Amino acid sequence: MKRSVVALAVMGLGLSLAHAQEMAVRLGSVAPLTGTISHLGKDNENGARLAIEDANAKGVTIAGKKVRFELLGEDDQADPRTGTTVAQRLVDADVKGVIGHLNSGTTIPASRIYNQAGVPMVSPSATNPTLTRQGYPGVFRTIANDVQQGGMLGKFIVGSLGAKTVAIIDDRTAYGQGLADETDKAVKAAGGKVVAREFTTDKATDFNAILTKIRGVKPDAIFFGGMDAQAGPMLRQLKQLGIDAKFVTGDGGCSPEMIKLAGDAINATTYCSMPGLAIDKMPGGPEFRTRYKARFNTDVQIYSPYAYDAATAIIRAMQAADSAEPSKYLPALKKSNFQGVIGTVAFDDKGDIKEGAVTMYQYRNGAWSPM
Amino acid sequence: MEIFLQQLVNGLVVGSVYALVALGYTMVYGILGLINFAHGDLVMVGAMTALQTMLFLMGAAPGMSPLAMLTLSLAVAIPVCMLLGYTMERLAYRRLRNAPRLAPLITAIGMSFLLQTIAMILWGRNYHTFPQLISTVPLQPVAGVFVTPIQVTIVVGSALIMAALIVLVTKTRLGRAMRATAENHRVAALMGVDTNLIIALTFVIDAALAAVAGVMYASNYGIAHYGMGFMPGLKAFTAAVLGGIGNLGGAMLGGIVLGLVESFGAGYIEHMTFGLLNSSYQDIFAFIILGLVLIFRPTGLLGERVSDRA
Repeated sequence: MKRSVVALAVMGLGLSLAHAQEMAVRLGSVAPLTGTISHLGKDNENGARLAIEDANAKGVTIAGKKVRFELLGEDDQADPRTGTTVAQRLVDADVKGVIGHLNSGTTIPASRIYNQAGVPMVSPSATNPTLTRQGYPGVFRTIANDVQQGGMLGKFIVGSLGAKTVAIIDDRTAYGQGLADETDKAVKAAGGKVVAREFTTDKATDFNAILTKIRGVKPDAIFFGGMDAQAGPMLRQLKQLGIDAKFVTGDGGCSPEMIKLAGDAINATTYCSMPGLAIDKMPGGPEFRTRYKARFNTDVQIYSPYAYDAATAIIRAMQAADSAEPSKYLPALKKSNFQGVIGTVAFDDKGDIKEGAVTMYQYRNGAWSPM
Repeated sequence: MEIFLQQLVNGLVVGSVYALVALGYTMVYGILGLINFAHGDLVMVGAMTALQTMLFLMGAAPGMSPLAMLTLSLAVAIPVCMLLGYTMERLAYRRLRNAPRLAPLITAIGMSFLLQTIAMILWGRNYHTFPQLISTVPLQPVAGVFVTPIQVTIVVGSALIMAALIVLVTKTRLGRAMRATAENHRVAALMGVDTNLIIALTFVIDAALAAVAGVMYASNYGIAHYGMGFMPGLKAFTAAVLGGIGNLGGAMLGGIVLGLVESFGAGYIEHMTFGLLNSSYQDIFAFIILGLVLIFRPTGLLGERVSDRA
């Protein structure tokens, strides 16, 4: 009897000693893991998981203790309401940082909950400018936002395509209008002239009237801010009206669907933009792709390199601050500056990635190919 | 001038489709005093059924000529819509024929949602590419105006169909029975007209027009989806009121006028208002006109001739 008490006491001491030497830090990952874009959500989570496994393998020490990072994955179903529910669940589970969410529509409402709880979050994929303009100190993203995309588009249209006159059309949605406005500014900044500014809706199919008007001002290029369901038919009507201006659109039209809907009207004078670099162009891209494939036995979809760097930024900030407490490591996260898979990871004062990359794609051989 | 003429063509093409759809609203209104809000969705069903047929034919008989394929797809889409039109009248409207006016109106809105939902389940939410069997490559431009064969087909086809309809209504026994029923169905029934049959036939003819309009619309733009009937339906309804609802000639005139106003409106509003308004107001013209007509000329441009129910 006495002996067993001693044994228990010794075991307890041993456990508490082990506890003193190793500390578990939980990080959250949120993305749609079910539904039509679950492949993208899983990709996000895998990216974060790989970063955490790398950190654990390397061995991270914070405040003299060895840290074991744990990833807590949640499914927001790309639904804003579910997004806030699972955000609260992560906060209750005492996560020290969150990688996610995937969509702007879920990230923005969820960011309020993380902000109230003082938990920093880094989104690898939400591009809506609003996210980082809410004044929340702990909100970051590793992907270029729509303002940066518009800036790139303007430069591309005037600089690379050599268009002197540009007509701009948008679909009056938050996305289309925002992107068109930014492109408009950037075209002017690059020395181009916006000769027409026209509008349609995200439900319209007939663009003949506005395109006829545009034909009258003979622009070198036409930019459309909106989705593929309008961009496709618009391209057809351009050809039917005998307009041969170059056609440029944003990521809303940068889809295989767009190619289908445009039919034979699409050709090599059609361009679109996507935030981020093509993986082969990322500094750590090819190596990341090989390791990712070896670990998960599947290919990188889009955002996992951004999720990897998002998780890495949080871990590095904890190391730099020598604390896993959000309030302590947040200043270090703000000052992040390191070479990640996607390139230099550093945030501006709003939390957006500095010099976020945007890639232009050209229609070639039946598909979008990066330029 | 070149732009003006091009806008004229744009307006005529859109207007022809509106006119064809407007006939459906006006005929049912003329005979029953009912606004059949599900009519626009019949346009969609016509287009989607034709699309389904074309896809099937492309798989089953890849070497088939475009003209044969188009004819066959119409030969499927038209009867499907006719059957649907008949069923709608039989199940949803006939029972409410003597009910207060609001009841069939709300049923019509319900039918519209029902058709859209069924189409969404059958064909999904995505936009589909609609095969453009009639060429969309512009003909040799005349005076800088680009016209495509499909646009010519739409304008000429609509005109022929409308002419045939006028002959049907004014010169045939069926037409006389329709006019009699519209005038007063109780008296018409006393005179030996099978009014139930005539009303059902009106719905069936309307549905056929909707099917043709749907195929024209989808062929012109090369896309189709489950919600595509809503906006043209609303515009066509406006066109029918603009021309004088219940009046066949009025529906045609209303459709063309509306198409032209929209085209010229979107093209010139910026100049007319010195930059105050712009093309984001393209869809508003239909409803401004609707408002103005209802205020200043409630009977429409040509007035009501077929019915005195308003």
